Amino acid sequence: MNRLLVWYGELTTAPSLFLRGLLLVLPGMVWLLAFLVLPGLVLLPLSFAERGAFGEVVWTFSWENYRRLLGFGVLGYSPDNLLALLRTLWVALVTTLICLLLAYPIAFFIRSKPRAQRYLWLSLVLIPFWTNIVIRTYAWQLLLAPEMPFARLASALGLLEPGMALFPSTLAVYVGMVSAFLPFMVLPLYSSVERLDESLLEAVRDLYGGPWRVFLHGVLPQTLPGLTVGVILTFVPAMGMFVVPDLLGGAKHLLVGNLIQQAFYTMRDWPYGAALSLVLVLLTLLALRLYRRHGKEVELA
Amino acid sequence: MTRAVALSALALLYLPMLAVALFSLNRTRHGLGWGGFTWEWYLRLLQNEAVLEATRNTFLLALLSTLLATLLGTLLALGLERHPFGRRFRGFLETLLYLPVVTPDLILAAALVVAFGFLRQAFSLFEPGLPAMVVGHVTFQVAFVALVVMSRLQGLPRELDEAARDLYATYPVYLRRVLLPLLTPGIVAGAMLAFTLSLDDFVISFFTAGPTSQTLPLLIYASARRGVTPEIHAVSTLIFLLTVLAVLGGERLTRRSV
Repeated sequence: MNRLLVWYGELTTAPSLFLRGLLLVLPGMVWLLAFLVLPGLVLLPLSFAERGAFGEVVWTFSWENYRRLLGFGVLGYSPDNLLALLRTLWVALVTTLICLLLAYPIAFFIRSKPRAQRYLWLSLVLIPFWTNIVIRTYAWQLLLAPEMPFARLASALGLLEPGMALFPSTLAVYVGMVSAFLPFMVLPLYSSVERLDESLLEAVRDLYGGPWRVFLHGVLPQTLPGLTVGVILTFVPAMGMFVVPDLLGGAKHLLVGNLIQQAFYTMRDWPYGAALSLVLVLLTLLALRLYRRHGKEVELA
Repeated sequence: MTRAVALSALALLYLPMLAVALFSLNRTRHGLGWGGFTWEWYLRLLQNEAVLEATRNTFLLALLSTLLATLLGTLLALGLERHPFGRRFRGFLETLLYLPVVTPDLILAAALVVAFGFLRQAFSLFEPGLPAMVVGHVTFQVAFVALVVMSRLQGLPRELDEAARDLYATYPVYLRRVLLPLLTPGIVAGAMLAFTLSLDDFVISFFTAGPTSQTLPLLIYASARRGVTPEIHAVSTLIFLLTVLAVLGGERLTRRSV
């Protein structure tokens, strides 16, 4: 006989309460296990399998996909894939830094506005945040086209051959990436900047601290929570981005995201795609871990 | 200085959209020369079968997936937030909910491609196409709905539960008469978030779409690769204007409720 218990006014037994809870969570739980967790776990053994002649999966155990990732292909050694990996890290890092440099002025600018106007200025950041990434990226294609002012200016300065577009190029990738992720950096940072205690900045100034000291000892410690969230929200998705490098970068600027897309979509080579996906997951976890450790050090200091 | 940097950074976000809007009103069909003002491309949208089809698909997909995700997510929240699970099981469920939120969408797409590939051998439902896309969208929406509803549940005092049960409400009656009416704002907010995420999604759709289930983001992407027509500028401008309205409307709504 189960002991009766009262659960917030309800006379019941522990097993029947548990059963009802389980029934409620079961559909969603099974859904997420079936379509996210299980296939995610399958990626690991899949990355050691091989692609059959018709795109099917041949279950073997080989390091072939990882060797290929390092550049040992059937046509001899080529560092292209390895370079794409390094480029992904680099592009994500630079994008995050540029976003950071632009986000602070925007956050302080919005803070400088009267309270009633801040919502409106914040909406100006929210609108691109919610605008579809494909639209925002192809819009840059249009803006960087040969007939548009930017390309004309560049060719007038002798930086670009006349009649050429500013994309595909490294510059276009960075411009696209920064404008894609800037809102992700501004929004969390602003929430910290809005609550900033001005008296602490004055204290630094009273002690003859210049602008750099004011930022380092006054602004940075106070905005660290928003900064942390912003960096994660920018760096992690930037590593998995493929729309921007695809539309603005061309074949010379492939990132891991493009390789994954090609493996699953164009080549139908799931095992290789799985290996690439795992590398991306690994890089993501590594970045988060490094960042968390570093974040703790900053807090202690 | 701060002001100049801030304003130019904001301009960076808006300049491209401005260019698209401008060229959606340009009479010239090919190239970017200015041929005078016209509404023609907007009117042509109404006869453009590809655009209309993609619009239908986009909204159908968002509607179906949101309905399913809202149901699953609300049930999940009710179970998790109002039942005494052990610490381990609760932790497991919470991890499960945060997983789709933190997983890069490309990885989620890869997992779905693999899952559908194996399931396809048994069920034709998982052939690339609208049903598969619904499954894919629900997979990332469920967590968002559940998290929003859970936060609303945490704000409701448990005394209400006690009062209802003390007055002999059975569980279904308590759900229908007490909890669900109070929870409705949370459920609606969760559903709206899920709907928006579905409309906005490109990556998951890209990997699960079939030949007849083109959505608007997919159509625009395909045109960006092949060559954009003024009609695409017009569609993009309309989507952008819709986003502007939604953000300003949402802002007003949240301000009023605060």
